[in-house]
Amino acid sequence: MLELVNVNTYYGNIHALKDVSIKVEQGEIITLIGANGAGKTTTLMSISGIVPPRSGEILFEGKPIQGMPPHEIVSMGLCQVPEGRRIFPHLTVSENLDMGAFLRKDASQVKQDLDYVYELFPRLSERRTQQGGTLSGGEQQMLAISRALMARPRLLLLDEPSLGLAPIIVKQIFQIIRKINEESRTTIFLVEQNANLALQVAQRGYVMETGKVTMTDTSDNLLANEEVKNAYLGMGE
Amino acid sequence: MGEILKSLKAAIWFMFLTFPIMVIKVNPIEDTVVWRWMNMAYIGVGVFFLSFLWRFMLARRNQGKKAEESGKARMPIGQRIAEEPKIKYPAIALVGAFALTIPFWADMYNTNIMTNVLIYVMLGLGLNIVVGLAGLLDLGYVAFYAVGAYSYALLNHHFGANFWVVLPMAGFLGAAFGVALGFPVLRLRGDYLAIVTLGFGEIIRLVLENWNEFSMGPSGIANIDRPPFFGIKMDLFQKTDFMYYVVLALAILTIIAVTRLKNSRIGRAWIALREDEIACQAMGVDRTKTKLMAFALGATWASMAGVVFAAKSTFINPPSFSFWESVLILVIVVMGGMGSVVGVILGASIIVLLPEYFREFSEYRMILFGGAMVLMMVFRPTGIVTAMRQKYTIHK
Repeated sequence: MLELVNVNTYYGNIHALKDVSIKVEQGEIITLIGANGAGKTTTLMSISGIVPPRSGEILFEGKPIQGMPPHEIVSMGLCQVPEGRRIFPHLTVSENLDMGAFLRKDASQVKQDLDYVYELFPRLSERRTQQGGTLSGGEQQMLAISRALMARPRLLLLDEPSLGLAPIIVKQIFQIIRKINEESRTTIFLVEQNANLALQVAQRGYVMETGKVTMTDTSDNLLANEEVKNAYLGMGE
Repeated sequence: MGEILKSLKAAIWFMFLTFPIMVIKVNPIEDTVVWRWMNMAYIGVGVFFLSFLWRFMLARRNQGKKAEESGKARMPIGQRIAEEPKIKYPAIALVGAFALTIPFWADMYNTNIMTNVLIYVMLGLGLNIVVGLAGLLDLGYVAFYAVGAYSYALLNHHFGANFWVVLPMAGFLGAAFGVALGFPVLRLRGDYLAIVTLGFGEIIRLVLENWNEFSMGPSGIANIDRPPFFGIKMDLFQKTDFMYYVVLALAILTIIAVTRLKNSRIGRAWIALREDEIACQAMGVDRTKTKLMAFALGATWASMAGVVFAAKSTFINPPSFSFWESVLILVIVVMGGMGSVVGVILGASIIVLLPEYFREFSEYRMILFGGAMVLMMVFRPTGIVTAMRQKYTIHK
């Protein structure tokens, strides 16, 4: 469904992604784990066109999307939940959600999706006229995910959904991520620091270090891998 | 008690500071020194009262904040009028009736002033799109006003073009200029944007001032036609009244358009873009298009206001489009309340009417403006009327 071939991305002179190649299959949850500054967020930014790669190819459903402006990429069915939630604090919850459907013109289906999202997160439904900035961290994350769902993506890019949230909320959110994947067959590309949780929901994982993909395997194998255990799961001697 | 003491201290301090200029007066012709002790007393009493008032207002403001936090604050009057339908509709009807009947009971001078107010309402609302909604600080807004005014003046002068033909044309021309300015400054934000737009405004003015063959330079263009009305001949009074109604209609059109924009998807996209560009991009908002649209729409209204201005005053020259004019429009928007339509109307009325009716104080105008702005920032940083949008709901 999505394929990155030797992608190189720079911030000015800083070489952030070095020949990154990743493959995502239809309908799966894959995760990209790694330490701070490994280039996980940059990978997502490159895919969604916000920080376009300097070389390499990104194929979405077989079509090259590198160098396309972000709004065209979104309209192809690829939507990102940016790191740190980034909801619009002065818009209400329902307005935030409407921003997610910005490119869509099918009002009746938008309405359907809105109902689906409210069903998924009843908390948001209770707070629909409240301003986004007044929500708690967990609610904001729910809103950010819902907002992306409103674009009806076939591929959802999730950047650190666990960031700064209480463990119990994180658990809830991961359950919902799995639910979204199962119910609407949305492919999910999950970027996480919390490698343990991420590998539990994902079928496959990629490990990233200083801008390079260093390892790739099924989640079970990665969870069992000694190196991964030591470096990311905090289970080393 | 402590408050009184503090005010007393301030008063004494001021009396001491102003002593040399206010009390001693040297008469160099007769070589005498006049001691004006009464002035000192005036200053003392004045400062004492003002200082006391200042403290009182600050205390009240803090109380208001606390009340707001505990959730039992009374809505400010402006807000109440704008939000409660029971007050809102009669208020609109009253203002509407007032606006509609002005030419019947006011003399030509006052009708003219009200026409001015309405032109500034148009300008303010246009700038409100750019500054209030999209959050792009534009200090060269008057350039688009000049584009509109000059396009009508020149077309009328050379080809005798009709007001009603030029009006929409100028709108498009303004939008084109808006895009032309918007394109290079897309990546800029905040201070940088302000500087570039300021430069743009000055460039337009300087071109108009110096390109004699094109714009007739500083001498300006005279004898511009007023808008015709089905070829009916009118005397000066009727023309003034008719002009007023033309501007009123345009202002109402502006109000409707801006209100609709504000509560539309594109309006929300502007607000969203102001708050978080990356999130907007992730949602598929085309940053370039959205920003350019804000510039273009803002410029359209300014340009149309320019046409009206040229037709109303029948004479234009470059000094009408100085930087000061941009500042004035910005003050209208900031003072009235960024993003608020009612606020801008109120702001325009205050900014235009007060200097008109208090001509005796015209020398102190700048001081009063400055003082008013400082007070605004302290007591009502969001403007006279805080912006509010219709709560958006998706209907079944």
